[in-house]
Amino acid sequence: MIVAVASGKGGTGKTTVATNLAKVCAAAGKPTQYLDCDVEEPNGHIFLKPQIDRREEVTVEVPQVDAAKCIGCGRCGQICQYGAIVCIGEKVLTFEQLCHSCGGCWLVCPAEAIGRKPLRIGQIETGHAGPLAFVSGRLEIGHVRTPSLIRSVKRHIQSDGLAIVDVPPGTSCPVVAAIKGVDFVLLVTEPTPFGLNDLKLAVELVREMRLPFAVAINRDGIGNDQTQAYCETEGIEIMVRIPDDRRIAQAYSAGRMIVDALPEYSERFGNLATRLGAL
Amino acid sequence: MKEIVVISGKGGTGKTSLVAAFASLAQNAVLADCDVDAADLHLILKPDVQESHDFSGGKLARIRADKCIGCGECERVCRFEAVSLSGPGNELVAKTCTIDPVACEGCGVCVQFCPVDAIDFEDAVNGRWFVSETRFGPMVHARLGAAEENSGKLVSLIRKQARLIADNQRRDLLVVDGSPGIGCPVIASITGADLVLVVTEPTLSGRHDLDRVTQLTAHFGIPTAVCVNKWDINPDVTEAIEAGARDKGLVLAGKIDYDPAVTNAQVAEKTIIEYARNRTAAQVVSVWNVIMDSLKTTK
Repeated sequence: MIVAVASGKGGTGKTTVATNLAKVCAAAGKPTQYLDCDVEEPNGHIFLKPQIDRREEVTVEVPQVDAAKCIGCGRCGQICQYGAIVCIGEKVLTFEQLCHSCGGCWLVCPAEAIGRKPLRIGQIETGHAGPLAFVSGRLEIGHVRTPSLIRSVKRHIQSDGLAIVDVPPGTSCPVVAAIKGVDFVLLVTEPTPFGLNDLKLAVELVREMRLPFAVAINRDGIGNDQTQAYCETEGIEIMVRIPDDRRIAQAYSAGRMIVDALPEYSERFGNLATRLGAL
Repeated sequence: MKEIVVISGKGGTGKTSLVAAFASLAQNAVLADCDVDAADLHLILKPDVQESHDFSGGKLARIRADKCIGCGECERVCRFEAVSLSGPGNELVAKTCTIDPVACEGCGVCVQFCPVDAIDFEDAVNGRWFVSETRFGPMVHARLGAAEENSGKLVSLIRKQARLIADNQRRDLLVVDGSPGIGCPVIASITGADLVLVVTEPTLSGRHDLDRVTQLTAHFGIPTAVCVNKWDINPDVTEAIEAGARDKGLVLAGKIDYDPAVTNAQVAEKTIIEYARNRTAAQVVSVWNVIMDSLKTTK
């Protein structure tokens, strides 16, 4: 089973829920992986403190033009929708940062003048934290191929166990890449106007992608009751509530897991795992 | 005209609440919400929309089921796993190919290689953008559709429109609310800005993400200031963040208390400056003053 932990708004507690849930499931004897797909700002390692066994480079293919073979026909520049390959007169220029690796240019080139070369966009670390398997992607600074790196992280999912996917914030292409093909999405929100507005956007997204989902309310007690009212009206299950507790914020600030620092909350994550059908 | 962009690396550090407060402190500014994935600034600034436009950042391929011969060439050339042989049948074949619009990145390769020209390639509508009036001045904002692409292009468009308004109305400041992360919308929102303010929080995650986002601003050579929000959650981490920022030559813009009044102001649809004349509001004013001072010294 693959469970994605997502949210429209950032900073609502995705990583908190994902890491604690993963740890509880692994401790219960379930073969569990935690996959950090928030590759622009991965934080799971801060809490799980995994031992890293392996690091792999992630590359994408970008065009490499052989000027000697180029006949200056301009077809590569015409097919590219991203401005990543441009023909000026007889000369072909490439802009690797804009390339989506669609392959159009090398497929369309009649002179076989365009080859492919790897462009490093980030790395993936794999390891373990006790019984929990750990996978985390890390985007190279200044690069924009977030969805490609996320897809590479997800290739590490082992289909026979439980996989908890920590999703980046937002509702655009990186989120789509992270939640595509998962079995269930848990949307973490906080009961504030900003949290609710962004939750609605996230609900719109998971509904469009026809994925089953439920809500987790973090910092329960702040803000107002509009989030609860929205979930009731829309028939959305609230699977877990984590209260607004300054001790949680302090434990979090020091990189400590809730289930370690405040064991009284362990049961809550165990119950969440049961309700998700993860155990 | 000077442009300041507020970003955070990590989400949820209080970026938008701070930008809203800045809106109420700025005298002659244009406001822009470039957090197009999860735009929230409008919830406080209550914009009165004057203009509304479709945003098209790219194209989408769509297979015409009546012409498709189900040969699968489109599926073979697609690198985004967007094509599947699961469309309705026609006179020629039992099943046709179909394209998942969510997965399609609009590259047009399938359109080029379809042997029977059965694929249309049209401008996609990815969202809408707006020019509005608020109680603090004009605002440009947008809504990217769920699951849409091209957030970076939309960010660039909003900044360009905001600059136009600033030029036309002789306004001397542009205040931009950016998005979390270090990817495409963030890069689109900071390139060419006069100053970036990173709002962080005193957590190990906040510190880690601050480090990555300041590497990004250094990569693009943009002057950068740092503000620690909710600093009293962990004074030790706050100190470490400030020491690290000093070592990197970043401007220290100040610290803001962890104060429930900030959330209460949000519920009341007000900025913290309007809502509370307290210590937190005074700290925000102080951050603003530091930023205005550092803006004077940028080119």
